[in-house]
Amino acid sequence: MKTKLLPTWTEMPLGCAVSEPGTAVEYKTGDWRSNYPRTDENKCIACGVCWIYCPDNSRRAVRRQKAPEGAMYTHYFDFNFNFCKGCGVCAAECPTGAIVMLEEVKR
Amino acid sequence: MSGRITPGKPIGMEVSIAQAEVVAQCDVDCIAAYPITPQTHIVEHLAELVADGDLDAAFMPVESEHSAMSACIGMSAVGARTFTATSSQGLALMHEMLYIASGMRLPIVMSCVNRALSAPINIWGDQSDIMAERDTGWVQIFTENGQEVIDQTICAFKIAEDHRVTLPTIVNMDGFQMSHVIEPMVFYPTGKIRDFLGVYQPLQRLDPRDPKMFGPVGIPEVYTETKKAHDVALIDSQAVIEEIWEKFAREFGRSYAAVEPYRTEGADYLLVTIGGLGETASVAIDELRAAGVKVGQIRLRLWRPFPHEKIRQALAGVKGVIVFDRCLSVAGTGGPAATEIKASLYNLPQRPTVVGFIGGLGGRDVTVGDFRAMIQKGIDYIDRGAAPIYEMVGVRE
Amino acid sequence: MNDVNYGVYAARLLPQEELFVQGHRACQGCIPALMLRQITKATGRDLIVCNATGCMEIISSPYPFNAWRVPWIHAAFENAAAVASGVSAGIEVLKRKQRFYHDRPNKIAVMAIGGDGATLDIGLQALSGALERGTDFFYVCYDNEAYMNTGIQRSSATPLGASTTTSPTGRANPEGQTTWKKNFAEICAAHRIPYVATACPSYPFDLIRKVKKAATVNGPAVLHVFAPCPTGWRCEANLGIRLGRLAVESGMFPLYEVDAGKYTINLDIEAIKKSVDDPMAELSNYLFQQGRYRHLKTKDELLAQIRERLRADWTALKARAGM
Repeated sequence: MKTKLLPTWTEMPLGCAVSEPGTAVEYKTGDWRSNYPRTDENKCIACGVCWIYCPDNSRRAVRRQKAPEGAMYTHYFDFNFNFCKGCGVCAAECPTGAIVMLEEVKR
Repeated sequence: MSGRITPGKPIGMEVSIAQAEVVAQCDVDCIAAYPITPQTHIVEHLAELVADGDLDAAFMPVESEHSAMSACIGMSAVGARTFTATSSQGLALMHEMLYIASGMRLPIVMSCVNRALSAPINIWGDQSDIMAERDTGWVQIFTENGQEVIDQTICAFKIAEDHRVTLPTIVNMDGFQMSHVIEPMVFYPTGKIRDFLGVYQPLQRLDPRDPKMFGPVGIPEVYTETKKAHDVALIDSQAVIEEIWEKFAREFGRSYAAVEPYRTEGADYLLVTIGGLGETASVAIDELRAAGVKVGQIRLRLWRPFPHEKIRQALAGVKGVIVFDRCLSVAGTGGPAATEIKASLYNLPQRPTVVGFIGGLGGRDVTVGDFRAMIQKGIDYIDRGAAPIYEMVGVRE
Repeated sequence: MNDVNYGVYAARLLPQEELFVQGHRACQGCIPALMLRQITKATGRDLIVCNATGCMEIISSPYPFNAWRVPWIHAAFENAAAVASGVSAGIEVLKRKQRFYHDRPNKIAVMAIGGDGATLDIGLQALSGALERGTDFFYVCYDNEAYMNTGIQRSSATPLGASTTTSPTGRANPEGQTTWKKNFAEICAAHRIPYVATACPSYPFDLIRKVKKAATVNGPAVLHVFAPCPTGWRCEANLGIRLGRLAVESGMFPLYEVDAGKYTINLDIEAIKKSVDDPMAELSNYLFQQGRYRHLKTKDELLAQIRERLRADWTALKARAGM
């Protein structure tokens, strides 16, 4: 992020405007969560429902360890460690029940 | 243009109409305004000019003054040269947006036709509307006659849009006594005005090709620095304003200064005025000088940034200063000009007595005779060391 | 129609570009934030956002953390529609004078966005003015049924019987909010604007289709989006999508459009046979997963009143849609 967190008054952008789009990604909301979503890659059909329902864009397609027999898709959806807030919407909406919310443990 | 203007020779025209004509000459892009007496003629004439095809601009008749300033903010934020006009209750209604416009550094130009604030409702001229907006961070200029309105309106766009300033700017005129009066004024060729102003080049704008965020949450860690930058920008704008007035004088022939002296040579006492009644006061000065009273006048034209140095220089070496305000800060320190002048002079090792009078409220006329009496009373207070904090004049007892 | 919403399984076909990014400070499970993700997928980059003060503005803009990848302006609370009017007019004039965006074929969509408080209460005047003037923009009201950002105070969108901090249940008044929710979509439709629609992020493809329509139509459009707030509604963080579906299916928030004055109901809740046979069950299911309605469990009369009003409103809506 080019924008300074604590500018001097001469460094302050005009009208306090922020010129860089998307700098929110510098703030890792992942440390908010108490629970995290674990996906069973065998149950995930990569439909993308969890992805379109995640308020924090914290679902990402990850290459499967071992694609099921005859599978059309090489990826399944896992969570974004840095941003997932652990709300559990993905687990609640997953049509195949592939996601369970587990307590976040010290990693 | 509409055909009313012939550049060069003085034309008799209602000052409001003249301002609208000049705003059109300045190639404004967007106008958002709401009608309120006594500003209405300005926006009506702008609407006519747009409807006739004499002005290529968006004219937006919004549903309140608060929305007028809000729309102006949106217009200016995409890089449009933006104008609005208001008075009194309308100015008061857009109060919160004034801070926001200047905080966002948007060079909106506004004409404020000074009118009293309710209650009781009063549509006539005084300065209580604009004096309630001193802290909003805008450049604020006062005028005394129609010619000054034309000239300062042109300069206002150039001042506001200058990259060293980038601040919204208000041009004040007296309600009715200036806005609705027909005066002889000299207009300039449109091309010359447009050359003087140039095309507005915003320092930043809302543009999908380069996305920016205007108006984020200014957390405590940055709010102070933003306000400091704003403060310095407004203070430093005085030098830019004076530079622009000098350039205006060279190109258009009329000079303006932040503070203007009138017959101050050898004066023991000075009258300070702000706004259109200053011209009436000048006649009183002439009469008193003819009677041997050593009194002169200082006209305050630049109100924000407050021209401390120029005021101190202008008021140096006299026994006393009489300040006439057309606004009352109820049970406070008196009139705004008097209060601010006192504050500016307070820490000087040598300072004159300042006597503040308040009059002309709610459109009450202040005559030459009233000014003479006021000055004489002020001189008496000064000589006796008996100046009150402030005094309202012209009150029926 | 059957029980399974197949339409939602085409999520993979949506644009992957994120113009409202992660790292924003919204609560866990915030459906208004999800709505912004979905909306910006519908519009793409040629968008200018005029955001009213409120949750979505605060959580996306703490200096210098900017969750938006499109140009954005926040001025004040009650004037998103007025600011958007200015942006829209400015763009039009500058394009005509060939000073801005005149060399691009795409139209810049102007979106004003505010919560239910910012829109239905303090912002209704500015919105009405912008609609009446035929402003070329679209307005999105994200409705979480209270002033959430300031701590869950009631607004004119708070439903009858809901408890908020300024319509709390108490010994003297055990009901909570005592007046019915303002019908925002109908207020907008009464302005005879080109397009009005209700939407909900639980139905993302419907929402995206409606955003695209609102963004491309010439003139004003309004979207009233039902956006559950687990924090304010006192429910589990994972329930936002489910509650949106239940609200729609119980008749609390019908999905419909008014396109050039023509009403179309997008989800016929009677046809999916969830609400007509036993409307009480669906409504109870919806209400009692939320703490803000907890006190209604013993208030059968009030519940019956709510059910009757929902049925009457649904019947009237069907009539307008010619059903």
